[in-house]
Amino acid sequence: MIWLGIETSSMPLSIAVMRDEEVLVELNEAMHITHSQRAMSAIDEVCRLAQIQPKEIEAIAVSEGPGSYTGVRIGVTLAKTLAWTLNIPLVGVSSLQVLARNTMYADGIVFSYIDARRGAVYGGAFHIQAGEVISPVLEEQHLSMEQCIQQIQSYSQELKIFTVSASDAFDEVLREAFGERFYPVEKVFSVPRASQVIRLAQEKMSTTSVHTFVPEYLRMTEAETNWLKEQKSNE
Amino acid sequence: MKKQPIYILGIETSCDETAAAVIKDGTEIVSNVVASQIENQRRFGGVVPEVASRLHVEQITLVIEEALQQANLQPSDLHAVAVTEGPGLVGALLIGINAAKAFAWANGLPIIGVHHIAGHIYANQLVTEMKFPLMALIVSGGHTELIYMEEHGKFEKIGETRDDAAGEAYDKVARVLSLPYPGGPHIDRLAQIEGEAVDFPRAWLEKESYDFSFSGLKSAVINYSHNVKQRGEQLNPEAVARGFQQSVVDVLTERTVRAAKEYDVKQVIAAGGVSANQGLRHALQKELAAANIEFSVPPIQYCTDNAAMIGAAGYEMYRKGCRSDWTMNGEPGKALTSWNN
Repeated sequence: MIWLGIETSSMPLSIAVMRDEEVLVELNEAMHITHSQRAMSAIDEVCRLAQIQPKEIEAIAVSEGPGSYTGVRIGVTLAKTLAWTLNIPLVGVSSLQVLARNTMYADGIVFSYIDARRGAVYGGAFHIQAGEVISPVLEEQHLSMEQCIQQIQSYSQELKIFTVSASDAFDEVLREAFGERFYPVEKVFSVPRASQVIRLAQEKMSTTSVHTFVPEYLRMTEAETNWLKEQKSNE
Repeated sequence: MKKQPIYILGIETSCDETAAAVIKDGTEIVSNVVASQIENQRRFGGVVPEVASRLHVEQITLVIEEALQQANLQPSDLHAVAVTEGPGLVGALLIGINAAKAFAWANGLPIIGVHHIAGHIYANQLVTEMKFPLMALIVSGGHTELIYMEEHGKFEKIGETRDDAAGEAYDKVARVLSLPYPGGPHIDRLAQIEGEAVDFPRAWLEKESYDFSFSGLKSAVINYSHNVKQRGEQLNPEAVARGFQQSVVDVLTERTVRAAKEYDVKQVIAAGGVSANQGLRHALQKELAAANIEFSVPPIQYCTDNAAMIGAAGYEMYRKGCRSDWTMNGEPGKALTSWNN
């Protein structure tokens, strides 16, 4: 089965074409070019290199967020339009799991997060052993780094903490909290890869309804939050 | 041999309408689908950009599918995909643009980026033939412009607003009068009722200018309403609506008719959301008839944002050989420039 994978949830761009579990072509860029300008060209280039015609793609995998709202929307819009017009299955996967999967052979807690500014992150963590998930540690959500640390500490005081993130802004805080147990993974393992998007999609098995598919923002818009507050105070 | 018709798929997501349409030979609407966000955005009293972007993602493939189904056409029947490139809300534009790219790429079609205002102008092609040279009055929530066109795809801006767009002034005055969002149609409705009108100023600017200004008028309405309330009197919303609308319509009509005469055009066309305004349509019709100049304005459903107009403009661009590529970006402040291939 020929898969096209799309990852645009943060600044780096990753596009891959895979035949089953084999990566035919994968392109990773961190050139600070907007996904809007680059993503479709990159899909075209990767498919040419893989000698795949659009109609030969059999399934689409996309990173559905969390991350940059605009970035995620571009990936999701490309993915759902392709899946709909090519009439093929679409699978959305978590951008945090895409990052975590880079470190799936670590032994301990894999904590992936995306900087959401103002001390907050989109974070998620799993207890992993020999490539298998033992247990979820931190459910994916938008929260403060402080809360992330608390939840991880309450799960375990002994396990190593492997952090996967494009950001190193919290490294000091994390080192202070976890001391010797803190293992920030190398930058090269913090790249969100479209091949991992496809692998997660292949493992997931369940496809999504194309028309109703939307990003996982993990956050309401500010306008909606304020509106709800107003409704409550008017009650 | 019978000539093969040219079908263009148009896509428009520049603000709060997710729209797709199929246009045959640039003039015939084969299908036209608009999913409006007004119901959802009303609670915010205006369009919230992030909410608009999120709703576009929910609707986009449904709307395109509906447009193809209504047209009873396959993607292989199409010749090109035309999509609004700007101006507009950038996050909103990007949904239409990326859907257009993916659809075009998957089906081996060329993609054409269309200027939103060119779309509004070409909405007229859907009802009547454009006759050059012509003068186009563009009035909407974001634009108030007079554009002279010598031929297809040649745009020369001869006048524009120096502050608020006409539609913006309508929205603000509607808020002063506590009318529901969007306020323009409500003001128009109130203004149609016979009765007295509050006398508001008209911004004529320099004698020879074709520019507009509506912020002074807006302030005058706000001040008037403050004063009435301070005196403890009741505001008469109909009289305010009438006075405000008369001021706007007088200026728009004077400028348009004077420009049409000065440039000796064959036709005047009105376009954009505010061209749905009955007061404006009647005034332009009357004054241009008196000047013996042909006047065209699209039916109301093609004055507001839609994709049929993008398909109509896209067709003329397609014929001229204009093509975009996969790097097309949303251009929130895109200027209206003449077409070249």
